[in-house]
Amino acid sequence: MIIMNKRVLTFFKIAGLILLGLLIGDALIYAGIIDEYTAQILTLAGINVIIALSLNLISGFTGQLALGHAGFMAIGAYATAYLVMHIHVPQHLWPVLVGISIIIGGIITAFFGMVIGFPTLRLKGDYLAIVTLAFAEIIRVLMINMEGITGGAAGLKGIPLYTEDINLGPVVSFTWIAVFMILIIFLIRNLIKSSPGRAIVAIREDEIAADSMGVNVFYYKMFSFTLSAFIAGIGGGLYSLFFGYLNPTMFNFMKSADFLVIVVLGGMGSIAGTVATGFILTYLQEFLRVLQDYRLVIYPLILIFIMLFKPTGLAGILEDIKTFISKKISAKAIRKTGEG
Amino acid sequence: MLEVRSLNVFYGTIHALHDISFHVQEGEIVTLIGANGAGKTSTLHCISGLVSLKSGDIHFTGKTLKGVSPNRIVESGLAQVPEGRRIFANLTVMENLEMGAYIRKDRNMIKQDYEMVFSRFPRLKERIRQVAGTLSGGEQQMLAIGRTLMSRPKLMLMDEPSMGLAPLLVKEIFEIIKEINRSGTTILLVEQNAHMALSIANRAYVLETGRIVLEGAARELAQNEQVKKAYLGG
Repeated sequence: MIIMNKRVLTFFKIAGLILLGLLIGDALIYAGIIDEYTAQILTLAGINVIIALSLNLISGFTGQLALGHAGFMAIGAYATAYLVMHIHVPQHLWPVLVGISIIIGGIITAFFGMVIGFPTLRLKGDYLAIVTLAFAEIIRVLMINMEGITGGAAGLKGIPLYTEDINLGPVVSFTWIAVFMILIIFLIRNLIKSSPGRAIVAIREDEIAADSMGVNVFYYKMFSFTLSAFIAGIGGGLYSLFFGYLNPTMFNFMKSADFLVIVVLGGMGSIAGTVATGFILTYLQEFLRVLQDYRLVIYPLILIFIMLFKPTGLAGILEDIKTFISKKISAKAIRKTGEG
Repeated sequence: MLEVRSLNVFYGTIHALHDISFHVQEGEIVTLIGANGAGKTSTLHCISGLVSLKSGDIHFTGKTLKGVSPNRIVESGLAQVPEGRRIFANLTVMENLEMGAYIRKDRNMIKQDYEMVFSRFPRLKERIRQVAGTLSGGEQQMLAIGRTLMSRPKLMLMDEPSMGLAPLLVKEIFEIIKEINRSGTTILLVEQNAHMALSIANRAYVLETGRIVLEGAARELAQNEQVKKAYLGG
């Protein structure tokens, strides 16, 4: 008889549930019950969630504010696009090329993250915010000027999509992005629960105290920041094959702000909050396109209100509701026993 | 056990520590006393690797600590209870203690040490799932000490454990420090509360504007006219 380890069993349960969800999602899109437009929004939301999670890792969990994740996204997007456009493989190997290109795009982005993290993360304070902000702008300007690779200001056209088959298009892009999103959620969740994760959270709480506990503060800041860049690069790579077109203006400061708003609104250091807010905000943005130009006004207002009234964000609100309900229930129980 | 030889530290152009030399023997409580800005915390930070020294040398159990990174220093058995407690405010009491044992791998021993900390601080056990930021000042100081104990230090550096605490609590904390010392941990204590520090220490050094001006047995220094006038209020 095979005795299954309890942890292995829960792993299979969770994996099974996710697979089931994925299949149902695919089936709904394929059958047209979720129309193509909604499927696209869902897919885009998945990309936003991935990059917002990467920002949450460095800003929410490690406590180092970064303001240039659009820059990392751009590097991943252009690198992946370059690879899939210049490497030719037989039809049946195409998904392999896509997967590998996205990962390589992430690695290239991680390298850039290391290069700017190395001098900046030695300092205490908000230098990282300033440097990443400038870095994203530099990347954007570089993308405009490196016409040979990026197509310059006119943009990069003709990036192949996940599949040429128009009917299967929405299903395939959704699956690619959902799979990556799920893997990244697990990666970050497990990381935070592990020993390096504890070190990372300790750094957010108090750098000097973390130092006195024997945490190698610089190493773990670098680790977290590099991993964050890697994930953002993957998000960018997924984005380029989803749209099939890249333009440097897509990666301006407002794009970085989009991710920051998702993280802050969802709750700094909350994975579930980021995922939920990522989907809600992406959906809202599609419906409030009229207000697109007012985002510059609305977003800062949202951020200020959150900071003032609910710094823990959506995750904090849910936590409040949970304690409220459990209090109600226990109060009811006490009343009942009192009457009886 | 700890040997500090002619330590010089600069903050920019400011010469903060001038030729500081002192030593701590195994099993002792040694205290550095002095007024604000005398260089007490700088000395501790220098030992624990948070501040780099310009010249001089620090030896701990025979090995130099010069140029060794703070996390390696903790691993070698020298841990600090930082000034102002610096507990992890958003983590629970238990998570704080877990962070204290961060460098250790011996799970069974760690479990025993949790019990050791809880028997020393029963109040922490009552609040084990509570978020540390909601503890009272005294409890936070106990947590900070308990957290440092979890790394099993041979030498514990304590930076102003009496800061911001009511007199009764200060007494309690100092009792605990004495007990920790009795159970085998050497202690280097930095204090502004010279009276309390001298009452539990074996030896003491008096710091003034970055220099050691007096040293000797704690009991003798407590009787010293100069010390009485400057630090003991008469």
